[in-house]
Amino acid sequence: MRKSLYLLAAAAFFAAGPALAQETVTIGFTASQTGKLNNDSTAQLRGFEMWRDDVNAAGGIKAGGKSYKVKFVSYDDESTGTRVQQLYTRLITQDKAQFLFSPYSSGLVATAAIISEQYGKVMMSIGGAEEKTYKLGNKYLFQTYTGASQYLAGALDVLKKKNPKAKIAFVYEDDPFSKAVAQATRDLAKKDGFAVALEESYSSSTTDFGPIINKVISSGADVLLGGGHYADGSTLARQLHDQKAKLKWVTLLVAPDSPNFAKLGEPAVGVSVPSQWEPQVTYKPDFGPTPAQFTKEFTAKYKISPGYHAAGGYGGALILQHAIEKAGSIDPAKVAAELNKTDATTLFGQTKFSTDPKSHGLQIGHKMVLAQWQMKDGKLVKEVIWPDNAKTADAKY
Amino acid sequence: MIGILASVIDGVLVGAVYGVAAMGLTLIWGVMNVINLSHGAIIVLGMFVVYFLTNATGVSPYYGIPIVLVVGFAAGVIIYWMSVNRVIGRPILMSLLATFALNMIIIGLATAAWTTSPYNVPISLPGITIQNYTFTGTHIMAAVIAGVIAGLLYLFLHYTRPGRAIRAVASNREAAELNGIPTRRVLAMAFGLGVALACVSGALISTLFPFTVLSGGAYQLKSFVVTVLGGLGNPAGALLGGIALGIVEGLATPFTPVSWTPIIEFGLFVLTLMAFPRGIFSFTRP
Repeated sequence: MRKSLYLLAAAAFFAAGPALAQETVTIGFTASQTGKLNNDSTAQLRGFEMWRDDVNAAGGIKAGGKSYKVKFVSYDDESTGTRVQQLYTRLITQDKAQFLFSPYSSGLVATAAIISEQYGKVMMSIGGAEEKTYKLGNKYLFQTYTGASQYLAGALDVLKKKNPKAKIAFVYEDDPFSKAVAQATRDLAKKDGFAVALEESYSSSTTDFGPIINKVISSGADVLLGGGHYADGSTLARQLHDQKAKLKWVTLLVAPDSPNFAKLGEPAVGVSVPSQWEPQVTYKPDFGPTPAQFTKEFTAKYKISPGYHAAGGYGGALILQHAIEKAGSIDPAKVAAELNKTDATTLFGQTKFSTDPKSHGLQIGHKMVLAQWQMKDGKLVKEVIWPDNAKTADAKY
Repeated sequence: MIGILASVIDGVLVGAVYGVAAMGLTLIWGVMNVINLSHGAIIVLGMFVVYFLTNATGVSPYYGIPIVLVVGFAAGVIIYWMSVNRVIGRPILMSLLATFALNMIIIGLATAAWTTSPYNVPISLPGITIQNYTFTGTHIMAAVIAGVIAGLLYLFLHYTRPGRAIRAVASNREAAELNGIPTRRVLAMAFGLGVALACVSGALISTLFPFTVLSGGAYQLKSFVVTVLGGLGNPAGALLGGIALGIVEGLATPFTPVSWTPIIEFGLFVLTLMAFPRGIFSFTRP
């Protein structure tokens, strides 16, 4: 009796055996769990984690007849470049990560890219819009975000209709991303015939915007374009409101996209943000969930609606998954070749990488939208106001 | 023109808070010749005390200021007996090392507890608007409180026994000892007072700007500049020095890019040190 029971158990174990013999693919990255990039990076991290959970629940990435469960190895980069440098080297040499996601923010992506290219690892750059990083001659870097030069084109488009003679003040964070956006936009603005009333950059650790705001008021500007990331952007928005700067239009980078921005209350009304993605978009994906499905799942899981950082995280990971599946293996060269061929639409929008060696990996398919916080029935709501074919409300000037 | 004036007035308001920050530093420096390199970290502690008080009770941060004063004083006395007592009178390098070590300990513990993410004390008060420029209520309130504290400190130092004992010890320690003043206890009290002032300035700063565990460094630097401008050991001079620094910042920003302000500030610092090595108004006459 006992013996047959053991035999039965052994047989069951061995029958289940082959099904348990799973391969894993290790993806390494750092997230800013502390430091000033914490807010935006956490959203991106949640996008990654939700993708990993969805993929593993469906059995893993299916490539070349095998199923690969996704395993993450991640560390806290403390929002600093030195930690990124140390940790990506560790991820590659010690943790043997097979693929990499970038950290969040252009400055850190640039640092990580040096390491990933040194070791020849495929890295999905998610959260890095500055374009210079991709023009330095890389082979395995793939940008999912729209480049920085496109960020404020939408805002200028709206301004052309509302007040073509507006006086614009550019007040932006002194970091690679914000500088790239501000300078590209300033050139565009001059070409479009706007007057540039002021152009000032502030150090990333600035908390006292009083002097700059006084300068903005003195310059007689109607419009303020700029900002940087969440910490400085939200502080700038609050202080602009406290000092009654009387601007008719404020577009800040990154910060207003986070749902946390609404917590500012009054200071948030009317502030617009160039966005890589909004929950209201209606892209029809070739694979993966639709924007609506993604938004619903994310909100249920994290009790907060997703911004473009989370969508970018999920979408970028989906693209990597798709490339691995098409390549039929996790060999980096084969996957890179598939990524170069990619022209697909996910919940995040269209993704297509430049294959020109001078700008390899630059994102050329994805388009931005412009969103604005408006009062609707007494509550703060983020509406898409540009481009016309994607908008859900009119811009309030 | 009004823009420059607005900038200067704003500078004065914030400068008063820098003055209070420097008062703690200059008191300790002037009385016991100890340069407190943990000054910045203590300012940050004051910020966090107010943050947690406001979060826990929902009460306005200004009510937390007396609590911060008391807690800061107690902490200062404890720190004095633990680390500073033994290095008084020794070569100055020892006190620098002792307070620097304290700085690293405080920052290390705080980072472990609260990480380096930004924190914010949400408070908004109606301000005063002149033409297009608004002076926020929080700035005005902070400057007023700074002035009150400076006034109280002056009264304490000049019209109370402990206060006068502090000034006696600062002036000539041996003579004070000969007069029956328990100098060690007076030094502990002075240190406690200096730490309390630093904590209060942190509390005021937290109502104005967001902060992280590492914010103290910048304010410590400003405190050094103000201490030099106002004179070593002279708390009244520190307030004036803070206001002077605020005026410098206010005058500089309308004409130069904001990122040049530190260059101008510290350039002035170096020039002042070259002209007046002991500060502009020195407390302890040589």
